[in-house]
Amino acid sequence: MIRTTGKDAGEDGDENDVSSTTDIADQRAAGRARIAARTLRTDRWWLPPLLNLVGLGAWVVYATVRAFMQAWYFVPEYNYLTPFYSPCVSYGCVEQAAHFGRFVPDVPWLPFALISLPFLLLFRLTCYYYRKAYYRAFWGSPPACAVAEPHGKYTGETRFPLILQNLHRYFFYIAAIISIINTYDAIRAFVKADGSFGLGLGNIILVANVVLLWAYTVSCHSCRSIVGGRLNHFSRHPMRYKAWTFVTRLNGKHMQLAWTTLASLAITDAYIMCVSAGWIPDLRIVG
Amino acid sequence: MAKHDHHFRVWRGDAEGGQLVDYPVEVNDGEVVLDIIHRLQQTEAGDLAVRWNCKAGKCGSCSAEINGRPRLMCMTRMSTFADDEVVTVTPLRTFPVIRDLVTDVEYNYVKAREVPAFAPPAGVAPGEYRMQQVDVERSQEFRKCIECYLCQNTCHAVRDHEENKAAFSGPRFLMRIAELDMHPLDAADRRDLAQEDHGLGYCNITKCCTEVCPEHIKITDNAIIPLKERVVDRKYDPVVWLGNKLFRR
Amino acid sequence: MADRDDRSIEHHSYDVVVIGAGGAGLRAAIEARLQGKRVAIISKSLFGKAHTVMAEGGCAAAMGNANPNDNWQVHYRDTMRGGKFLNNWRMAELHAKEAPDRVWELETYGALFDRTKDGKISQRNFGGHTYPRLAHVGDRTGLELIRTLQQKIVSLQQDDHEVTGDYQANLRVFHECTITELFTTSPGPGAPAEERRIAGCFGYFRNDGRFVRFDAPAIVMATGGVGKSYQVTSNSWEYTGDGHALALRAGATLINMEFLQFHPTGMVWPPSVKGILVTESVRGDGGVLRNSEGERFMFEYVPDVFKEQYATSEEEADRWYTDPDNNRRPPELLPRDEVARAINSEVKAGRGSPHGGVFLDIASRLKPEEILKRLPSMHHQFKELADVDITKEPMEVGPTCHYVMGGIEVDPDTGMSSVPGLFAAGECSGGMHGSNRLGGNSLSDLLVFGRRCGLFAAEYVDALGGLPQVASGDVEAAIERALLPFSSATDGGENPFVVQLELQRTMHELVGIIRKADEMEMALKKLEDIATRTRTVSVEGHREFNPGWHLALDLRNMLLVSLCVGKAALERQESRGGHTRDDFPVMDSDWRHVLLVCRGLGEDDVELTRKEQIPMRPELFDLFELDELKKYYTGEELGGHRTEPAK
Repeated sequence: MIRTTGKDAGEDGDENDVSSTTDIADQRAAGRARIAARTLRTDRWWLPPLLNLVGLGAWVVYATVRAFMQAWYFVPEYNYLTPFYSPCVSYGCVEQAAHFGRFVPDVPWLPFALISLPFLLLFRLTCYYYRKAYYRAFWGSPPACAVAEPHGKYTGETRFPLILQNLHRYFFYIAAIISIINTYDAIRAFVKADGSFGLGLGNIILVANVVLLWAYTVSCHSCRSIVGGRLNHFSRHPMRYKAWTFVTRLNGKHMQLAWTTLASLAITDAYIMCVSAGWIPDLRIVG
Repeated sequence: MAKHDHHFRVWRGDAEGGQLVDYPVEVNDGEVVLDIIHRLQQTEAGDLAVRWNCKAGKCGSCSAEINGRPRLMCMTRMSTFADDEVVTVTPLRTFPVIRDLVTDVEYNYVKAREVPAFAPPAGVAPGEYRMQQVDVERSQEFRKCIECYLCQNTCHAVRDHEENKAAFSGPRFLMRIAELDMHPLDAADRRDLAQEDHGLGYCNITKCCTEVCPEHIKITDNAIIPLKERVVDRKYDPVVWLGNKLFRR
Repeated sequence: MADRDDRSIEHHSYDVVVIGAGGAGLRAAIEARLQGKRVAIISKSLFGKAHTVMAEGGCAAAMGNANPNDNWQVHYRDTMRGGKFLNNWRMAELHAKEAPDRVWELETYGALFDRTKDGKISQRNFGGHTYPRLAHVGDRTGLELIRTLQQKIVSLQQDDHEVTGDYQANLRVFHECTITELFTTSPGPGAPAEERRIAGCFGYFRNDGRFVRFDAPAIVMATGGVGKSYQVTSNSWEYTGDGHALALRAGATLINMEFLQFHPTGMVWPPSVKGILVTESVRGDGGVLRNSEGERFMFEYVPDVFKEQYATSEEEADRWYTDPDNNRRPPELLPRDEVARAINSEVKAGRGSPHGGVFLDIASRLKPEEILKRLPSMHHQFKELADVDITKEPMEVGPTCHYVMGGIEVDPDTGMSSVPGLFAAGECSGGMHGSNRLGGNSLSDLLVFGRRCGLFAAEYVDALGGLPQVASGDVEAAIERALLPFSSATDGGENPFVVQLELQRTMHELVGIIRKADEMEMALKKLEDIATRTRTVSVEGHREFNPGWHLALDLRNMLLVSLCVGKAALERQESRGGHTRDDFPVMDSDWRHVLLVCRGLGEDDVELTRKEQIPMRPELFDLFELDELKKYYTGEELGGHRTEPAK
């Protein structure tokens, strides 16, 4: 048996030997084992939060740039409208793209889809999955399981502003309405400017995106509760039980859907941007 | 039987202080971390304190942190480590240490006492309880809990913030409240107390409880989030509020 | 924190002290509290970790939910048959009658059993039970039971809190606390048991080594079994026969100690988990046993007494799972002792599996989804511990020491032992299961007799005139004994782990499943030697959570019960239930009515006496057909039986 000489554990060359900023004296007072290392995890626990940070950060940058670009959002010939500009309600919108009228002043600092983007953002910001992802990746609260967080105080979602996370359900209702609008856009895109039926790669992308958006929206934890989770007697509500079972199955894939829809939104938008800007032609199948 | 050598580091000490002690150990095929700890007890460290019972992952006594990860020692097979990997075993960090790998888990018993018990339905005699399988399944999942308190230990709300222990009951007991709230015959409404007395809001659903659960209970997705949603039903949802106003009263 | 020589004692007084916090102990405590008594529960491990959690299959109660033909009489008959008619019939009767109420009661505490289609408690098939009878929750019924009772305790504490502002005012759990001595009044050597009364008990807190003393006029023993005296066992470290030994030392008697149940299916690999239980539900749900030649060998091992109830072909056996009314049961579901012996024989004949067991196959019998649904914790256990996927491969299983039928001799109705004030329930009590316990009968046993002990302990306290007093000399002696392993008297003594290993090996090899007179004589000699060594084991270090010290004190309990097992097993010259003699391979009717009673002689010896079993009440006797009774009873015992067959 070889005794180590360090006063406290973790001082003998542990790679994660970063003292946490939490009040160690306080924890000692509570009689906890005095282990100074912030974590003794030996795996690459920092990788997932880092990937999340990079992934979410990149998407936010792209989405912000595109939302304020006010250009290349519509392909008039094929009626392709990017979801980032739907519904297009600014006076700056091309008339053909404004399926629901135009009533917002056309100024550079207002996105054309002013009435939907904030809610979509809030829907995802309050989403139970994204909360996990950004609390861990952006706020380090905690960075990973059993890794000390770098904050002296923590009150979670008990007070303003984070108590507003409880409003997720409102944003779910609105997101469902927006998904209907996106669906309408995707269907409209089958009718070309000349009124005839058309089918191109853009349509396939738009439809795939809408299907994924629905899957993400329906798989939401709030939705799961509303359709049936709030019941205590499934047996008395067989239809709602079926719906709950279906949503539960989708809900298991909520994380995957959250990331897939981020990708599908970006791909859809980028494709329409490219076609709209004339950088690439749409790959046509019919018409 | 194949044997090979391993390097163990075990935290020895008590509330006054302690250190990681190195032990070279011999490992046989099929052994788990608890076997090695027992061998140390029987040979060179007769007074090494460790809590254990069933050795089959059913009682939840031998919780510890192995290479920094909260785990049951009896369910951590030595074959999951590379031969040259140092295996570090430390006590749960969130609770006061008694000695070596044994911690004082009283916090959990205090919190358990504060969750109002099952409220039997009025007028239903024993033997006349009728419940459908689909209605009990959700609560049954939560009753798989073996009370190893790994979730309580991992949850950063108390792990990193001793001061939150007063206000926050931890995943185990939020799940217990969810279990009772979903019980088809429980007569009490537990939504207000979940938020006000047990600190449901402290949970920021970062899911470490689910990650460490040896019973693979989906604590966050199936218990805590639905409980949060039930609180929303009661306190924050305008549609439900309107529906209740129009159709029930 | 206690210094090594600290002799200070924490002192408590209660009406009823329950030692053991498994199913029986908790149920007893609940009942005593409901009767208005101040109750302490003492638990060796943490509250809620008791060995009851290991019970997997279910809790037998003739509720008739799955098959309306079931009733207490059928359950009674099955229990007596399973115990080879050596059971205390009154206990078996009370058990069969009261089990349903005890199970239903659990639902009012919040238990969530699996359900039938019409919303009742679902019941499953199990070895030895005529009808599907086991209330269950997947394969984690014991956990459900312990958690439910634990939560009921909390609920009672909440009621007390409402009134007194203190959760623990009238019902308190002292966990991680080991009792090492019982105190009785007038403890002069040789005094008859009835003259002594329980006055209290003494022990230490495992975490800091402080001593503690409880003064109480009534003590309920609910300490479980003795399996830790064996090398391969499904029992945890706690099962060192504490209750058995404490009762012996307090002057009570043990009966039936020769009957140990070796569960036929324990894990055999990896070595570290050897002995851990594989639930009988695997067979109840269709699993079959095969030897290395792929043969379903159990058909070869149906004993004559069971020939009529068990299938003779694989086809018939397989039909039984779907049509139990028109087919006979598969032989895999024979009582546990039969199956354990069969596996033992197959392995000895060289037809065993690679790690010295046989194959238990469910993978080829049920769809993977079905296995996951019905046997989730078995799947989990094999996946995590042995890296075997039971939905794809067979398991390797072999017999493991599982349960002791013998225990403290008690009055069947009240659960009181021969020492007034000392009650016993659950595995540490004896008689209920006769020579062999049916699966599922232990959980119901806990509930039925746990409640009875709590009830009658409360009644006993009420009827008592003055409080029995603890003699201070006894306390001093208890302290002395507890500190012995640290004292200079044991300097140079052995490591307790070494002695324990020796004891376990002795019992496993010489008083195991198959027993021979010469081997048992050798075992008794070895035990004599181990007794000396047990008195002088020496421990290093401090009193805080010191496993060596704990074992040093547990060891003398293990020794005492091992002596009982060894002596009784040598004495009983027949094979019956959990007692198989190589030199007396058949059941002998002349032994059926004989009980072997153990009495303690000081710290490490026991004496054995014979006692006649009280004959069964006529109306219970008449529940059986004469033809069946003939297999168990002597001619003259059958005189009073009704002659015409039952309708």
